[in-house]
Amino acid sequence: MTYIPHTDADRAAMLKAIGVESFADLFDAVPPENRFPPLNLPDGLSEMEVAAELNSLARANVSASDYAIFLGAGAYNHFVPSVVDHILRRGEFFTAYTPYQPELSQGTLQAIFEYQSMMCMLTGMDAANASHYDGATSLAEAVTMANAHFRGKRPKVILSPGIHPQYRAVVRTYHQNTGLKFVGDKGSATIPDLVDMLDDDTALLVVQYPNFFGQIDDFTGLADAVHRAGALLCIVADPIALGLFKSPGEWGADIVVGEGQGLGIPLSFGGPYLGFFATRTEYVRKIAGRIVGETVDADGRRAYVMTLRPREQDIRREKATSNICTNQGLMALAACVYMSVMGKTGLRRVAELCYHKAHYAAQQIDALDGYSVDMSKPFFKEFVVTCPKPVSEINEFLLEHWGIIGGYDLSRDYDKRENQMLIAVTEMNSKDEIDSLVEALKEAKAPHLHLSHEH
Amino acid sequence: MMTELILNKNGAPPPLEPLIYELSVPGRVGVNLPAPDVPLADLPADLLRTSLDLPEVSELDVVRHFTRLSQFNHAIDIGFYPLGSCTMKYNPRLNEDMARLPGFATIHPLQDPATVQGALALMYQLQEWLAEISGMKGVSLQPAAGAHGEFAGILMIRAYHLANGEPHRTKIIVPDSAHGTNPATTAMAGLQVVEIPSDANGDVDLDVLRGVCGDDVAGMMITVPNTLGVFEAHIKEIVDIIHGCGGLMYMDGANMNAMLGVAKPGELGFDVMHYNLHKTFSTPHGGGGPGSGPVAANEKLLPFLPGPIVDILEEGDDETPPLYGFVMPEKSIGRLKAFWGNFGMLVRAYAYIALHGAQGLRDVTNHAVLNANYVRAMLKDTYPMPFDRICGHEFVCMGHWKDAEGVHALDISKRLMDYGFHPPTNYFPLIVPEALLIEPTETESKQECDRFIAAMKEIAREAHESPELLHEAPHKAPVKRVDDVRAAKQLVLCCRVLPEGEGEG
Ligand SMILES: Cc1ncc(COP(=O)(O)O)c(C=O)c1O
Repeated sequence: MTYIPHTDADRAAMLKAIGVESFADLFDAVPPENRFPPLNLPDGLSEMEVAAELNSLARANVSASDYAIFLGAGAYNHFVPSVVDHILRRGEFFTAYTPYQPELSQGTLQAIFEYQSMMCMLTGMDAANASHYDGATSLAEAVTMANAHFRGKRPKVILSPGIHPQYRAVVRTYHQNTGLKFVGDKGSATIPDLVDMLDDDTALLVVQYPNFFGQIDDFTGLADAVHRAGALLCIVADPIALGLFKSPGEWGADIVVGEGQGLGIPLSFGGPYLGFFATRTEYVRKIAGRIVGETVDADGRRAYVMTLRPREQDIRREKATSNICTNQGLMALAACVYMSVMGKTGLRRVAELCYHKAHYAAQQIDALDGYSVDMSKPFFKEFVVTCPKPVSEINEFLLEHWGIIGGYDLSRDYDKRENQMLIAVTEMNSKDEIDSLVEALKEAKAPHLHLSHEH
Repeated sequence: MMTELILNKNGAPPPLEPLIYELSVPGRVGVNLPAPDVPLADLPADLLRTSLDLPEVSELDVVRHFTRLSQFNHAIDIGFYPLGSCTMKYNPRLNEDMARLPGFATIHPLQDPATVQGALALMYQLQEWLAEISGMKGVSLQPAAGAHGEFAGILMIRAYHLANGEPHRTKIIVPDSAHGTNPATTAMAGLQVVEIPSDANGDVDLDVLRGVCGDDVAGMMITVPNTLGVFEAHIKEIVDIIHGCGGLMYMDGANMNAMLGVAKPGELGFDVMHYNLHKTFSTPHGGGGPGSGPVAANEKLLPFLPGPIVDILEEGDDETPPLYGFVMPEKSIGRLKAFWGNFGMLVRAYAYIALHGAQGLRDVTNHAVLNANYVRAMLKDTYPMPFDRICGHEFVCMGHWKDAEGVHALDISKRLMDYGFHPPTNYFPLIVPEALLIEPTETESKQECDRFIAAMKEIAREAHESPELLHEAPHKAPVKRVDDVRAAKQLVLCCRVLPEGEGEG
């Protein structure tokens, strides 16, 4: 019983103090016919056996530690400075829980307050919460907030087709019973097309920045048009891109959400990540989840506390619009530490590295026979390549012969994007890796060439 | 750099630790990044931002700042943390290392499933184990926390009724002892909450329950053992009543630490439930998260699970392992988050279950229940308790005495800090006035429980003899009582950086 400290003497004394004879007596209230069922699980293992088993499962995966990776589509292989995980591993942080008792949680509370502050700066908003589960659920909660703001009287939400397909799916899951209608994302609507869909029924218009295809759309006039229609504008943003590009606040957004994974959080097969959520002062009382505010203690000393609690589930709970309780707190701390070490210039440099490397890769690939890159709009770290054959075939070749994890196959989500690959390039991809990718793509077109190269 | 903090006023004691922004010095850098190794591309000038107010600090500044902040926290690693309903048990270090293995921490969620068979095997096995422990037929690991799992379960119940042509079933019955997330989940799923009172013993009142049952009932959510820490006396009757009127049973599995090997929710008649891996299976709470809230369903609701889930696509044999892949359950309510769930938490929970095995998990529950009953038995003559019965892994007492009118549960909680303990959950469940919900967990020794019991008794004495000690508590925490009313009135939710010169003084 590895983690259970009781001795036989302890157990005997405790059972006696309770006034029962055995453990079994503690469960008399459980229906006898269901009590103590067989549990068909393997026998317990020692720590070293568990470690061996998990090491072998981990080794069975192809990982970005051993392969060059050009896969993004919402999760990115960004650099994580060592200091981030060292802070996360402090037991004082990771073995605490939600800071219900502020006098014993000033560390967590101040860190969240700093995280909120940094997210406000990054997004150009006035307030940010302490996190959602991920980018997709933060968008679903933005829709909920807009719906609540209009008290359900504006049942239409316009989604850009450039929003991550899985985010759009999650929004629909969340809202399958709330009577909202989602439009805009089934075809290939442009921003002006989306603007044309605005009407008195519209609660929210959502765009992504950069969009799912990596492009930076021009949002000039968008916020005005949305506000003229009486609706709200939500921008789903990549926080690394915000190191370089105009903040969503400057574009006039009312709500900014997104996936914070790039801010110091490992890929970890899709989670735990960090949903961020920021908005303008007018809407702070409608933000779901936890939010930390500054105040003083009884001596007048600066202190932090979770605030706006009455909006949470504990009061008028049957009317709550969100049920979020446990969030992704430790990941918010990761982002806070990350933004602290990166600082004013570091985040910009990371973003610039992504930008330059992605543009170099795009130009090299575009120059290849049989491949073309869509460079019709400004893009950041991802771009769409039209390939001479199905993306799955190319990716198999890249992995097998070059040790490269290729880009995302857009035909998985978009009928009209056969043979289109979404390639992500980050600061982690060296020029050598990019040159290898280019060479590999060239060979992938006519793989027989590769054989001669190998022998 | 100055911040517009209202609180830097003259005469106030200095803050425990300055904000990271206040440590900032223009020009200081905390990270060492390489120069670009590719030709530079033109930046689109009209799309660029002109300023970004992040702090300018060194790496050592960062390490010291966050290390100092960490020291203002209480945590399991520091001491007893009997926060009821949250299962603050020891978080094994092995699990932290396992989740950080490069083969787990650096795999991309959209890689070809053929390249992540180890991760999928782990997820599949965990699904199977969680199904076995709950007596359910299938599990989805997607939900990111307990409340997310609840949301999945209630959407599944709704989808089931819709599929059966019963859209009029829109009511979810929730006992008044329920955690706030239960009614909130119901509302969020677009259904109506019907709250029913508990009886004098803390059980669901069966007559009231029968009274609200009808063909508009979609289902009922209950917690087992309930939030008062007791095993419902009539669990089977409750299940029968709800099933009898065509409704389905949801079990909030937050309290599974009292159930491992004791009873399987599926065998008790529940149709769907969630786990909190960050409680029962010891994945760390992280100062508020991340968690993981897998949802488990019986035969009826299996096709409605959120997806994708992991399945075996091709059976293996002696030489080759099976081929795992993602599949969408046939009538799935859909996707609840991007990608596959909080995978890092799944690795930790897997390690925890593998290490314990069946007998180890039974030991966990036995000792969790032993500790709770021991502390309850030792305190029952000192603190009023709403009922005198054997509890599960936690129990509720009242932090208030008729002969010490001025003292409240909050005062006791704050005073416990002076003795080095994290307070219990207070003012929940809502139906017990001045509630203190105490959950020791199995990883605390008898000696630690004894120290807590002694402190609680001492505080009870102080409450009667020198109540001001409690009113002014904490005396030894990093800060004195924090003014939350002011925080809500005068909202300061971020420190805005002011241009040079402003905000000084
Ligand atoms: C009884 C109960 N139900 C549900 C929840 C919600 O779980 P989570 O916080 O993981 O969303 C909690 C815990 O916070 C709980 O104690």
